[in-house]
This record gives sequence, structure tokens and C-alpha cells, in this order.
Amino acid sequence: MNEFALIFRNEENPDVQFSPEQMQGILGQWRNWIGGIAAQNKLANPGNRLGVEGAVIRKGGIVTDGPYAEIKEMLTGILVVRTETLEEAVELGKGCPIFSAGGSVEVRIVIPTTME
Amino acid sequence: METEEQLIPHLFRTEYSKIVAVLGRLFGFEHIETAEDIVSDTFMLAAETWGQKGLPANPAAWLYTVAKNKAKDHLKRNTIFNNKVAVTLQQNAAEAYETEIDLSGKNIADSQLQMMFAICNPIIPTEAQIGLSLRILCGFGIEEIADAFLTNKETINKRLFRAKEKLRHEHVKIEMPATVELNNRLDTVLTTLYLLFNEGYYSRSQNISLRKDLCLEAMRLTYLLTGNAVTVQPPVYALLALMCFHASRFEARTGQQGESILYGEQDTSLWDKELIARGQQYLNKASTGVQFTKYHVEAAIAFWHTQKVDSQQKWESILQLYNTLLILEYSPIAALNRTYALSKAINKESAIIEAEKLKLDDNHLYHCLLGYLYTDIDDGSALNHFEKALKLAKTKPDKKQIKLYIKQLAEHTAKTN
Repeated sequence: MNEFALIFRNEENPDVQFSPEQMQGILGQWRNWIGGIAAQNKLANPGNRLGVEGAVIRKGGIVTDGPYAEIKEMLTGILVVRTETLEEAVELGKGCPIFSAGGSVEVRIVIPTTME
Repeated sequence: METEEQLIPHLFRTEYSKIVAVLGRLFGFEHIETAEDIVSDTFMLAAETWGQKGLPANPAAWLYTVAKNKAKDHLKRNTIFNNKVAVTLQQNAAEAYETEIDLSGKNIADSQLQMMFAICNPIIPTEAQIGLSLRILCGFGIEEIADAFLTNKETINKRLFRAKEKLRHEHVKIEMPATVELNNRLDTVLTTLYLLFNEGYYSRSQNISLRKDLCLEAMRLTYLLTGNAVTVQPPVYALLALMCFHASRFEARTGQQGESILYGEQDTSLWDKELIARGQQYLNKASTGVQFTKYHVEAAIAFWHTQKVDSQQKWESILQLYNTLLILEYSPIAALNRTYALSKAINKESAIIEAEKLKLDDNHLYHCLLGYLYTDIDDGSALNHFEKALKLAKTKPDKKQIKLYIKQLAEHTAKTN
């Protein structure tokens, strides 16, 4: 079995404000999607959502507010699935609710930690 | 007035476990059989004496006195033996001879808790932990344990013997674990109690009163954990709440002929309101602190099942709880239940898509679920799945239930055509 990280990216759009009901609905979609992966026993790690608040540290201790000005899509979260092949992981990723919000999912194989 | 024939088995279970715990702690696992023998002898003497002379005024006190005297005699003989034969005295036996054997309520509870931690030890297999708990902590007979596990006395005797050997060999002490490892050890204890309850609740055994006793014993032991300052922790309350919610349906889930009645078809007036209310109290107590365990999630799911309404909100809540449960820990049964909740919260079509991803083809319940989901949508597929389920089912009650589904489906199809 292999593990694949699903990496979520989305544009930060300050113009879009969700009502609490909409927010609830979006959260429900995400939980159903992740629950569905878990129900297939393919969830290796539920990971975390990432918020907007953050900073970037560069060589020489230079700290900036974030990468947001330079890149279009922001990293919004990560989770890890357990499948045999990349294709299966991609298939799981296709169900992600992020697409209806204009985001993307990057699928990357996880390199196992060796005991050495 | 109860006769001694009725009283002795009842007393046996409760008092046996109490006295064995106290004497067992005194003797250690090295001589746990001696403790068991002393208590068995005591009960044999009780059966004889009470049969001739009638019941004493306080049967429990009578048992304690006799057991104490027998234990003291044993220790005395043992001390003499050790003094003469062995150079070193057996430390705990010598101390016990000096001290009074304490059968007070407090010491019984303490001893039972310590015994619980000693038995629920990951160095012995889970089945052995449950078996030993039933024998030593609950006072069940070997025959009853064999009946609960659907096996024979010999298998159980071997299993318990090996488990005691292992505990002896590893020098497991009958004591509370150190504070640093308490939480880990408490996890194991809770898992065993959870499985003990499930053994009773979902067992294939036809002996309904025995199954109920297993559940009640699991509840009693869990309750015991709430009475101790160190072990009274939110997950304990969560587990106890879960047990209360499930147990509230004892009367409703079994028919007159002992057949099981499915949740949707139960007479809800038979649900035990008092147990439901107690479950809610425990769930509130479980919701303090930061710990969030699968028992919390399962208790919350079980809570929703005590609500008679069949609303979309109820099923949406249950669906989200199953999502959470599966994220915490996968199990096929949770995956199946999640899919059922999805069909109620959203619709059968989406549930079919999700169900077909589960790949539990050799599980009869999986095919029962698909049979249910396809009913009305594609009765042919529904029948196919029920027939597969029937082939896979192993026990008589399961087969009987599936045959009923097939009959109902045929009636349904005839009506709608």
C-alpha cells in the first residue's frame, strides 16, 4: 500500500462571504467526502485545514506576511489517503468539494519514513 | 421469600467476584486459584449448611466470615509450611496473616478495580481478558462463559488457564498502575468493558438472560470506574452513556419467541426512559474536558437513536457522527451504518454509489444494506443482494432474518407492479 497526500489549493477571494448556513453546507460536504474515504478504509491521516493567518520565513530571518501577494492559489489544507496506485488516489481526489469553489487538488506520493 | 436454590446462584455471582477480588489481591496471581478454591468451598459449605438449617439472617456476612476463616487457615498452614520448608517467607502471605482480611465495601471496590487493571492487560489476548473478567470480576461459571462465546467448557478452561499462567509468568501485580501509565492502561480496560458489553448486546448466543447479564456486568464494572478519583474520567462516562442508551432497548429488541426486532420495528413505548435519562447525565459529564474519544462519538450516535423522531436533522447528525467515528477509527460496521445514515439524510441513490465503493463483498450485512438500498430503485438487484447475503450468513437467526427480507421484497414488488 502507498500513501498519497492530497494538497488543496484555492484562490483567496475576499469578495465572497458565506452565510452561516452556506458555511455549514460546505463543511458538511467536506465531512461527507472525507467520511466516504474513511468508510473505504483509505484515510491514512485526516490532516488539517489551513487558515489565512500566517507568515513566510526566508534566509536571513526575513519574515513576510505570507506568500499571498506572489501566488494566485493558496494552500488551504492537506490530507493523506492510503491506496495502491496514484490512479486510485486521483479517483478519490475527484470527489473533493473544492472544485465547485474553483480550487484544485494536487496528488503526491508520500515517501515512507525509513527506520534508519 | 427467596429459597436458597434461587438465592445461591444470585449471591454466587456478586459475592464470588467480591471475595475473589479481595483474596486474590492478597494472594497475588501466583495463588489466584487458591483464592478461587476458597470461595468455591465457601459456597459449597453454604449450599450444604443452608440446605439443612435454612438461610442465615445475613447470607453475605455468613459467606464473608466463612471465607475469611478459610483464608486464614490456609495462610496459617502456608506460613507454617514456608517456615519449615522454605527459608524465605512469602511476603504477602505473611503480611496477610498478620492483618485482618478486609471485606468492607471500600476494600472490595478497591480490590475489584485493581483486579480489573491486572486482568485487562495487553500481554494477554483480548478474548482472554474478557473471559477472565467474566470469571473473576463477574463471577460467571465456566459453562456460562462458554455459552456466551458459543464454545465449550474445555476451550474456556484452557484459555483462562493460559491467561493466568501468562500473568503469573510476567509477574503482573494486582494493583493500580502508576499515574504516568494510567491513561494507557485505562484505554485497555475500557476496550475490554466495551467488548464485554458488545459480547452481550450483539452475541449470537440464544441465551437472552445471559446476554443481558453480560451487558449489566459490563455496566457495573464501568460504573465502578466512576467511583474512583483516579479513574473517573470523561471517556469512562462516555462509555457508560453509550451502554445506557443501548441497554434502554433491551425489552424492545427481543420478541416473545426470543427473535430480534429491528430498530425501526420496535415498540418505542418499551424503551427504558430512566436509562435514557441516565445516559444523558453521563454524556453531559463526559463532555467536560478536552478528551474526545470514539466512545464520545458512539454515545452521541446512540443518543440520537433514543430519539423517536425520524427527521432529516436526526439522520444528518448521525451521518456526521459516523463520518467523525470513521475518521477516528475504521470499522466495517461503522462504514455500513454510515452509508445507511447517508441514505436517510440524503437519498438512496447517493448511498448506493457510496456503498459500492466499500468493497465488503464477503460481508452478509453489506449485501443486506445494498438489498435495502436497491429496494424500490431496482428490485431485481435488491433480490440479488439479499440472496448473496443469505449465502454468506452463518447463523440461523441471520438466515431467518434475511429470508424475511426476501419475503417482504417479493410482497413489495408484487404490490408495486
